[in-house]
Amino acid sequence: MTATALKLHSHLDDLEAESIHIFREVQAAFRHPVMLYSIGKDSSVLLHLLRKAFHPAKPAMPMLHVDTTWKFREMIAFRDQVAAAGDVEVLVHINQDGVRQGISPLTHGATMHTDVMKTQALKQALDQHGFDAAIGGARRDEEKSRAKERIFSFRNAQHRWDPKSQRPELWHNYNTFIRKGESVRVFPLSNWTEMDVWLYIQRENIPVVPLYFAKPRPVVERDGALIMVDDDRFTLREGETIRMREVRFRTLGCYPLTGAVESTADTLQKVIDEMAASRTSERQGRVIDQDPTASMERKKQEGYF
Amino acid sequence: MGAQTQDAPAAQDKGLLRFITCGSVDDGKSTLLGRLLYDAGMLSDDQLATLARESRRQHADAGEDVLDFALLTDGLDAEREQGITIDVAYRYFHTARRSFIVADCPGHEQYTRNMATGASNAELAVVLVDARKGLLPQTRRHTYICGLLGIRHVVLAVNKMDLVGYDQGTYAAIATQYRELAQTLGIHHVQCLPVSALTGDNVGSRSSNMPWHDGGSLLDALETADVARFRAADFRMPVQWVNRPDQSFRGYAGTICGGSVARGDEIVVQPGVQRARIERIVTFDGDLERASEGQAVTLCFDRELDASRGDVVADALRPAPVADQFTCHLLWMGDNALLPNRTYRLKIGTRTVNARVMSIKHKVDVNNQAKLAARHLELNEVGYCTMGLDDAIAFEAYAANRSLGGFILIDRQSNATVACGMLDFALGRSSNVHWQHVDIDKRVRGGSKGQRPLCLWFTGLSGAGKSTIANLVERKLHALGFHTYLLDGDNVRHGINKDLGFTPEDRVENIRRIAEVAHLMVDAGLIVLVSAISPYRSERRSARELFDAGEFLEVFVDAPLEECERRDPKGLYRKARAGEIRNFTGIDAPYERPEAPDIHLLSGGHRAEQLAEQLTAQLLASIEQDGAGD
Repeated sequence: MTATALKLHSHLDDLEAESIHIFREVQAAFRHPVMLYSIGKDSSVLLHLLRKAFHPAKPAMPMLHVDTTWKFREMIAFRDQVAAAGDVEVLVHINQDGVRQGISPLTHGATMHTDVMKTQALKQALDQHGFDAAIGGARRDEEKSRAKERIFSFRNAQHRWDPKSQRPELWHNYNTFIRKGESVRVFPLSNWTEMDVWLYIQRENIPVVPLYFAKPRPVVERDGALIMVDDDRFTLREGETIRMREVRFRTLGCYPLTGAVESTADTLQKVIDEMAASRTSERQGRVIDQDPTASMERKKQEGYF
Repeated sequence: MGAQTQDAPAAQDKGLLRFITCGSVDDGKSTLLGRLLYDAGMLSDDQLATLARESRRQHADAGEDVLDFALLTDGLDAEREQGITIDVAYRYFHTARRSFIVADCPGHEQYTRNMATGASNAELAVVLVDARKGLLPQTRRHTYICGLLGIRHVVLAVNKMDLVGYDQGTYAAIATQYRELAQTLGIHHVQCLPVSALTGDNVGSRSSNMPWHDGGSLLDALETADVARFRAADFRMPVQWVNRPDQSFRGYAGTICGGSVARGDEIVVQPGVQRARIERIVTFDGDLERASEGQAVTLCFDRELDASRGDVVADALRPAPVADQFTCHLLWMGDNALLPNRTYRLKIGTRTVNARVMSIKHKVDVNNQAKLAARHLELNEVGYCTMGLDDAIAFEAYAANRSLGGFILIDRQSNATVACGMLDFALGRSSNVHWQHVDIDKRVRGGSKGQRPLCLWFTGLSGAGKSTIANLVERKLHALGFHTYLLDGDNVRHGINKDLGFTPEDRVENIRRIAEVAHLMVDAGLIVLVSAISPYRSERRSARELFDAGEFLEVFVDAPLEECERRDPKGLYRKARAGEIRNFTGIDAPYERPEAPDIHLLSGGHRAEQLAEQLTAQLLASIEQDGAGD
């Protein structure tokens, strides 16, 4: 175990240094960069790295949270706490067109909700602020099309990704040149795995949303997933009942679209141990990802993160 | 990266290994990688369920329990449709002994640039060969690219052994051949293995089908490969970003790409010669006494220096060489061919500088490494070239330091990454050529003529009226007492550009020389009128960049092709249409219209006199000034 800890320790140092390098490259090469903040564990790591990259200066770039209005309440509380620290500006964007149309994951389904309140909302916010680089927390180990994406991923003026003609990306020498209206999405955590993220959170003592830790929560079993009833917008279908079960979340998103897992892992160490023994992948709990295979590629082409 | 643990108590801990897999079409590369992940226990239950479902869909006629591991890594729709790998896929796995990042690289020649992307950060390559086919031209190509990008360790996996009856002789012959090949390509660490990706023989564990094989499995080979990562010895850190939160702090942020540095060390900021001592090595987690290769830090010096992004902080006792001309290998990645003498952006470390290929000494046939003469490089071609830069840079030979020896070229129009280059050495002449200072400059020279020097650059199709209008303008300016010179594109081809034809590469050089001559004449204080088709935006831009702001005016003489062809004053369009002249602009060679010309003349009809009159009037405002200053 000592040997493993030692190995992982220096492995994390390498990953950290690579990510810091990427943050600095974005800050130095773009006019108006932003860091996308989704409140989850990867975003917590990103924020930590953002602070490290520019220390002792405060991070110059703001963070942007695209709020679908369906996030877990604990996530929003956590976000507001982060904003209160005051060293990083936190921007929040909600697609008001979607709000007026009453778009909801419960009535319109995951695909439409995600398109309107996440993908369209993100594009609105990027255009509105004129951001030319947007840093995100996606990792290549999450999904097959992500495994193919560059660290500096070019987007045309319509925010589209063309997976078939990506810029070659040699060494750590990133091509940051774009024309007006074009942008890049940048992924400093590309080479991190889910396990790396948790080990780093543990090593660096990074705060995360408590939803990652097991505790009795009110859940409903729906379409094979355990959905937590987080507010009174959630309407029960016939035959459904709310039960208190000891659950936690491996990923966080909109509460009606995020499946919980039964677990007793109520500490960081237990979460790590549980994951080491796990036989399922991280994104399994995401309702949005249960679309036909390769759908992530299509969503990404349309501008999804 | 890192994690080399010679001193670590657990001798079997080899740290992280970054490797690539490459092989020809149908060699079973993706299958091998999928099998490796499966055998290493890295596939989760839901991934396996998805794989089983997709395998059944893709192979409806196969049995229930067939798993097509290739489907695991070919992540793009187009790849799944065509059953090939187009772009690099990164995969992450670990065993009890080691962590791995594997880049699954495409094997097709048309995706060589994507293979280079994967290879650039790798320490080891797994090269696949089909036991039935033996070494193929692709095997040579992949091995050559690996060597070119600096990979020194190869594991040769002779795959599909099940299809040759696990025959030892077949395997041994291929292994021997490959060792010889690798040796000639500069790869000295080769380990060979007989495997079957489909059946799993010698992938995750040793196969009982090949008792004659005395080595371990592929996974053993990867776990134990000793790729003690090459470390550059001398301290180098490209400045990435200057950290200045307030007046009291000024730090230079960057990632150390060679050697190590300690507090108190003397450094030099290159390509200049300013020296300082390291006062602090700042990190978020506190100051360090010493930092080494791979660490992202912020350095503070003991005195104020003029240093910025792109500079290299180096050991003052062992500084990096500085030069502006090099020899290098270039792997061309652009869809449009490399044109010698065209200006591209070169990015090396954190420095970006304008650069051009001065000559292609030869290109290399990537399939057999033959050296061939070349005037340009097409997509996926490799050339040995000399490069000239607008400014000197601090650098290292690629073999000594990947970060300061590897560069990319970026097209200035499209911003595409069009090449990667591996620096070899500086050309001696670069450091021996200096600018000689002269006391009389162009303002003084222009002043004595009572004019402000200027370059008027007429561009447009043949027959659009460039020379006619330029000639009229020169007559008018001359009549007003200005000292002018008309450099006509046709006329210079009788003299200084006599050796050039009309191929794209010659056109680039033609314009470069005209621009240089025009620049000299402006320096002499003249008003220079250039009349040349100058079909490429890139070269017109390079011409403009030779001049100071406001000194170069692009005049677009704009006439429709049909109109020019109808006029055909020199009978050239007729000849081009008849096929008697090739590479004729507008017919079988492109004309790239100016996007924002300084002056746009619509020259349809017979309006040359009128246009020349207008243009002259416009010009007077900018040239009729006291030449001695403003």
